[in-house]
Amino acid sequence: MPGRPAARLGRWSLRALALGYLAVVLLVPVGAVIWRAFGDGIAPVWQAVTTPDALHAFWLTLLVAAIAVPCNTLFGVACAVVLVRHRFRGRRLLDAVIDLPFAISPVVIGLALVLVYGQAGWLGGWLAERGIQVIFSLPGMVLATVFVSLPYVVREVAPVLREVGTEQEEAAWTLGASPLRAFLQVTLPAIRWGVAYGVVLTTARALGEFGAVTIVSGRLAGQTETLTLYVEDRFEAFDLTGAYAASLTLAVLALLVLLAMTRLPSHRRKEGR
Amino acid sequence: MSILVRDATRRFGDFTALDDVSVEVPSGSLTALLGPSGSGKSTLLRVVAGLERLDAGAVEIDGRDATGLPPQRRGVGFVFQHYAAFKHMTVRENVAFGLKVARRPRAEIRARVEELLELVQLPGLADRYPAQLSGGQRQRMALARSLAVQPSVLLLDEPFGALDARVRQELRAWLRRLHDEVHVTTVFVTHDQEEAMEVADRIVVMNAGRIEQVGGPRDLYEHPANAFVMGFVGPVTRLGELFVRPHDLQVRRQPNGTTAEAMVERLVHLGFEVRADLVLGDGQRLQAQLSREDAEELELASGQIVFVRPSRTRQFAEAAAGPPGV
Amino acid sequence: MAASAVTRWRAGLEARGGAALLRGTVTLYLSLVVVLPLTAVVWRSTRDGWAAFWAAATQPQALAALRLTFVAAALVAAGNAVMGTVVAWVLVRDRFPGQRLVNALIDLPFALPTIVAGITLLALYGGASPVGIELGYSRPGVVLALGFVTLPFVVRSVQPVLLTMEPDMEEAARCLGAGPVTSFRRIVLPTITPALLAGAALAFARAVGEFGSVVILSGNIPYRTEVASVHVFSLVENDDVAGAAAVSVVLLATSVLVLAGLNLVQRRRTRHAG
Repeated sequence: MPGRPAARLGRWSLRALALGYLAVVLLVPVGAVIWRAFGDGIAPVWQAVTTPDALHAFWLTLLVAAIAVPCNTLFGVACAVVLVRHRFRGRRLLDAVIDLPFAISPVVIGLALVLVYGQAGWLGGWLAERGIQVIFSLPGMVLATVFVSLPYVVREVAPVLREVGTEQEEAAWTLGASPLRAFLQVTLPAIRWGVAYGVVLTTARALGEFGAVTIVSGRLAGQTETLTLYVEDRFEAFDLTGAYAASLTLAVLALLVLLAMTRLPSHRRKEGR
Repeated sequence: MSILVRDATRRFGDFTALDDVSVEVPSGSLTALLGPSGSGKSTLLRVVAGLERLDAGAVEIDGRDATGLPPQRRGVGFVFQHYAAFKHMTVRENVAFGLKVARRPRAEIRARVEELLELVQLPGLADRYPAQLSGGQRQRMALARSLAVQPSVLLLDEPFGALDARVRQELRAWLRRLHDEVHVTTVFVTHDQEEAMEVADRIVVMNAGRIEQVGGPRDLYEHPANAFVMGFVGPVTRLGELFVRPHDLQVRRQPNGTTAEAMVERLVHLGFEVRADLVLGDGQRLQAQLSREDAEELELASGQIVFVRPSRTRQFAEAAAGPPGV
Repeated sequence: MAASAVTRWRAGLEARGGAALLRGTVTLYLSLVVVLPLTAVVWRSTRDGWAAFWAAATQPQALAALRLTFVAAALVAAGNAVMGTVVAWVLVRDRFPGQRLVNALIDLPFALPTIVAGITLLALYGGASPVGIELGYSRPGVVLALGFVTLPFVVRSVQPVLLTMEPDMEEAARCLGAGPVTSFRRIVLPTITPALLAGAALAFARAVGEFGSVVILSGNIPYRTEVASVHVFSLVENDDVAGAAAVSVVLLATSVLVLAGLNLVQRRRTRHAG
């Protein structure tokens, strides 16, 4: 928009305001972490990132995500089908419940899980009798991660599924395909980008979870600490280099996720949520 | 492979799409389900395919009761208005889909796909994706896909509705020729009476969930069962209680006993024919249709007084149910 | 005749059975993961009676934490409403080099773990800050942390609306003599207001529950910089389950109210949009 000097001034000041805000809140801090982390050179950072506890935290984080993300993906697709194609009383309620993890504090989530699955919890005692420990152990951490990252696949797939409609599947039926086959071979490929974007968001959320997992895991270094918990652990121990180094690892993972987010087409960016 | 529908009823909430409908489709015929939107024609087609269930009634395909069968087991081919192409598969993979599901040997699938692509005149496009084809090509692909599994019945739901006029004309003629070649019992849905008249052997006229009349094109045009059919299948003009086709309205410059007096309000020259908008003494409006020569001979002009008489009329018991648009 | 009736019945049942199984599985998953645990919190908070609940929820430290949380969240939501709109406007209506990069970076707070966000902000604005701004262990620090994590909400909410807005309305206004500010106030603002409010509401709900970034930056000084979620955490650490449950219920109620409100507004909007 070329314009008169007043208009141009207005445009420039608006631009400066926006970029300045973003710089102060976003960009500069991220730069600062990198600067602080490498304050004493690369060697201390590498050392900090390769201690046994750090490595264990790294792999545990990946393990938890590797379980939680597929679970939520399967659930997400199934739930999207139910929301989009089925008509039943309580559908609105289902819709509302799915949004809860977006808005609930992770600490509340942690507490909630302990109340049900802890030793003294509603189901915890029954499970303990059968030798299954949930809280202070891997299953609890997976459960907490599943809770917080639950809605993403559903919310990305549902609109795409609605757009795709049922005609292609119906055509497959008339050609002899069973409903399951028609869904897998015809509909699933049609919604794959929605699923992909949902998986990326779910993974990001799973990798970054802190509040719920901190309550549910017991934070035993080297045993039930994920990378995020490890960062806090190092911070509390005044090992700032360790904390910054681990943060850097997480930041790199976050940037990879961001890259994936920009690469994949998403309905979200078209209609906005 | 005949189709028999008996006492079919289907409701959606408090909207009755099909109201106790019974119809028979003879084996090998090319039948049109014709009617305005909401008449139930698509629902009837989908019921035959098994894509819609019935609240009451039965469907028989080739003498066997198909009412409880899912579409997979009915042996029907279905072609959708918006093609329902498998967008992520090539043309070849689309057409081969049904054969793959039936686990036919690869060599057989290959041969059959080639054969079908020849039949629908899409050779050489086998490795393209549907997005790279035109609308008409996509619909032909969809047809090839349905024919691949050798259905006993072929059903088409407004197959040319999404295409532009010229392509539509071409495909209509092409469908007729295809049917003559392949002889599968075919039923198609349309709201375009010209399309039905041009393509089908038999037409089932539907309105508000019921069947108004079944017959051949000429039958329906010349002996309509009621005002609705008459009005839907061709142009109608009314002379009091009488229903007249505009081309059956004779126009003279001189009175002749039983003629009525009318004034020419407007003349519309439609190329090969002339339409005269007339108004009677009592204010009733009429339309007459004349050939170009007749109009010239009579030296018709706007504002003239002429004398009209219908050569052929119909009268219906419930004359209150007037035809649309008159 | 009997055979066909049976096949019809069975086919209907098959289709409906498959659907019911799917619904049942989905419901079971949701119940075990979400519904049951949240119900347990509500139950536990009122298990010893309403008096006990009220006492726990109105404990002075809890009240202070809640007050700080709500005020900070409201400030952040309001700040986001303004700045988020500015950012969205600049991203949509302006053209400058690096725009795509900036657009992508907006999603950074979505992708970055909250604890890392806290560390990040601490690195720059905490003790020994390289830019001389000290915000650690202070209330402004809390607001900054919350502002960081909620940054994308309003931007991403308003952006698509701006993108799909047709220029005709503003052009018409221009022809009728409206200057850019008037045009914004009377044409653009009303159009983006629903999306803006939705984004702000989500930002509020998110800020109320935020834990990871605040726990690092604020120092968690009771009565000064301790937010509700951190308070709940300390209650859990000290085995005061009843207290934790009580405050949690307050937070839960807030989240549910915000979501319900958003839902209602959206439904009314689609009804009017027709």
